[in-house]
Amino acid sequence: MNRRQFLKGGLVGGAVLAAGGAWVVWRDVRDADASSPPRDRIAEILSGIAPVLLAGALPADATQRSSALASVTVGVKEVIAAFPPAVRSEVNDLFRLLDIRIARRLLTGISTTWRDADPSDVKAFLERWRWSRIALLQTGYFALHDLVLGAWYANESAWAQLGYTGPPNVE
Amino acid sequence: MLRDPVQEGLARGWRVIDAATLERSQTFEADVCIVGTGAGGGVTAEILTKAGFKVILVEEGPLKSSRDFRMKEADAYPQLYQESAARKTRDKAITILQGRCVGGSTTVNWTSSFRTPATTLAHWRNKQGLAEYTSDALWPWFEAMETKLSIAPWPFPPNRNNALLAMGAEKLGIPSAAVRRNVKGCSNIGYCGMGCPTNAKQSMLVTTIPAALDEGATLLVNAQAVRLVGADAAGSRGPAHLEVAPRPVSGTTGPRARHRIQAKHFVLAAGAIGSPALLLRSQAPDPHSMLGRRTFLHPTVISAALMSDPVNAHAGAPQTIYSDHFLDSVAVDGPMGFKLEAPPLHPVIFATTMSGYGEQHAALMREFNNTHVLLALLRDGFHAESQGGRVMLRDDGSPVLDYPLNDFLFDGVRRAYLAMAEMQFAAGAKHVLPIHEQAAPYTTWQQARQAITGLPLQPLSTRVVSAHVMGGCAMSNDPRNGVVNNDGRHHQWSAVSVLDGSLFPTSIGANPQLSIYAIAARLASKLALDLTGRQAPAMI
Repeated sequence: MNRRQFLKGGLVGGAVLAAGGAWVVWRDVRDADASSPPRDRIAEILSGIAPVLLAGALPADATQRSSALASVTVGVKEVIAAFPPAVRSEVNDLFRLLDIRIARRLLTGISTTWRDADPSDVKAFLERWRWSRIALLQTGYFALHDLVLGAWYANESAWAQLGYTGPPNVE
Repeated sequence: MLRDPVQEGLARGWRVIDAATLERSQTFEADVCIVGTGAGGGVTAEILTKAGFKVILVEEGPLKSSRDFRMKEADAYPQLYQESAARKTRDKAITILQGRCVGGSTTVNWTSSFRTPATTLAHWRNKQGLAEYTSDALWPWFEAMETKLSIAPWPFPPNRNNALLAMGAEKLGIPSAAVRRNVKGCSNIGYCGMGCPTNAKQSMLVTTIPAALDEGATLLVNAQAVRLVGADAAGSRGPAHLEVAPRPVSGTTGPRARHRIQAKHFVLAAGAIGSPALLLRSQAPDPHSMLGRRTFLHPTVISAALMSDPVNAHAGAPQTIYSDHFLDSVAVDGPMGFKLEAPPLHPVIFATTMSGYGEQHAALMREFNNTHVLLALLRDGFHAESQGGRVMLRDDGSPVLDYPLNDFLFDGVRRAYLAMAEMQFAAGAKHVLPIHEQAAPYTTWQQARQAITGLPLQPLSTRVVSAHVMGGCAMSNDPRNGVVNNDGRHHQWSAVSVLDGSLFPTSIGANPQLSIYAIAARLASKLALDLTGRQAPAMI
């Protein structure tokens, strides 16, 4: 049985095997790609994930929508940069995992690039992670949830939808 | 233009040093080195400085003041909170809000001020041997701190979010009461969690720390306390100095200059994660495996209700009404009780707290102004099945709290969801949504009751947060039962005291700031007496 079969078997098999499989991919990714800068890839990854997490919240107009998505990417990167090193490296590992083709295909079921991913496939992957019994995947979902939704609603352009006019003037 | 007492102090010549700007290693000398500038460190700094000690304070975070407090979450969380307000327990099932700036959590808290409940103190006396911790003995210290920090009942009507708590409680015949707050000239705007922009909040940032700096104390900021070193192998005095490094900032590389602080005594007040972590990194003696154990959080669960009229929970003073009915109606060491409060809502904290995504999440967000939220803070640490968490170190020496959520706690969570939903329906909610991945908005109390009763409660799918970290360096005169003695002095290292919320052998069962102020004031005064033989001057 080669590693790929092992991984596949692990992921479709029982929870213990699945956790093992995920761990092998995880360790592989850490070892192989520890030097590659994952932040360069965050915009690409979010171009597939953020529109699904933010469906119903992003502006309909194409230009406004793409500048909204750009601001989400900037916000996510800023939050990651502000984390202490240990947390930053965990989040970077998550994005690295989503970036590497084999890991992405195995763990998210998405075989296209993020930019070309079908929103319904992205949704299916988010749901699988959200309800996964593998802690790595479930906490991965919550990290994406908090990073992306937090980055969007930190943005003043998101506040109008909330009916929130921003902080008062105290000068 | 509003006055900024910190900027004025700096202009007067306060000794404040930014560790990030020191290029070469330096040695600082002091009588007492205090690690942390929050509730415990601030109070201790003022008392010891006024008692004539040469004091140096070490703070991991930056010195920010009212001119920096712009009331925006995107600025406040990365600047003022540990891990950008997203600190997690080891399994990531609990999010911890904890300050990391001068003033610590007192700079960003919501001003709720409660004396240590008599039931908590009785439990400490009976189960932990803390004989001198009576309400009577602590009374003068509560009085002194309340006077100093202008702690008084809030004289204005509560905002709608808090009024709804009072209304729901009244409808159900449950007592509720007004929260006392540490504010002076508060403009009732509701942005306490992002640093008070008007300096009304009487945090350590504008009270004890300025008092200590005016008396000549030195403050080292952006400085991580790495480890206590120089303990003699045979003796019991403990360490001779503290090793300090600038806090790592993303994008900076290269070796970071390390500094030494030489002192006769060290006071740890880095909070209930930071203080045990520093002792762990220092490999402090821990013969009975007590260090970092029994760390408590008041694990908190959330219930959101949709109202027909605007609630505007972002506006007006937060947490001005509370109910202790569900603490007082159970035995302190029985099933877990909980305190009910009504927090402020702001876009980021609301968006990240609400579960789900896409259209469903966006629809909840559009109801931002009409959403009423209750919190239930669970009283942990009083029952054999509530052992709290354990502070551990990662490979890089940074701390992480392992806090397993068990069935005993989830039983309290379920009762809390039920109590909050019933109260919110009584206050007129159109629907109630417990913040849990598998919950949905329920439109009647009957429907909510049935659903909550059947809700599977597990880590991660049950959203749990905490703003109160306590314990980990429990006090007890019996070394088998505590890290420090009843005076906060380390059992094995006499040159070290712990004077912050880490001392508590259980959670408090109320927002802890006033408990920390009063107990730290009492113990810091006692420490001054022990070190000099002279009574410390009164603080106020």
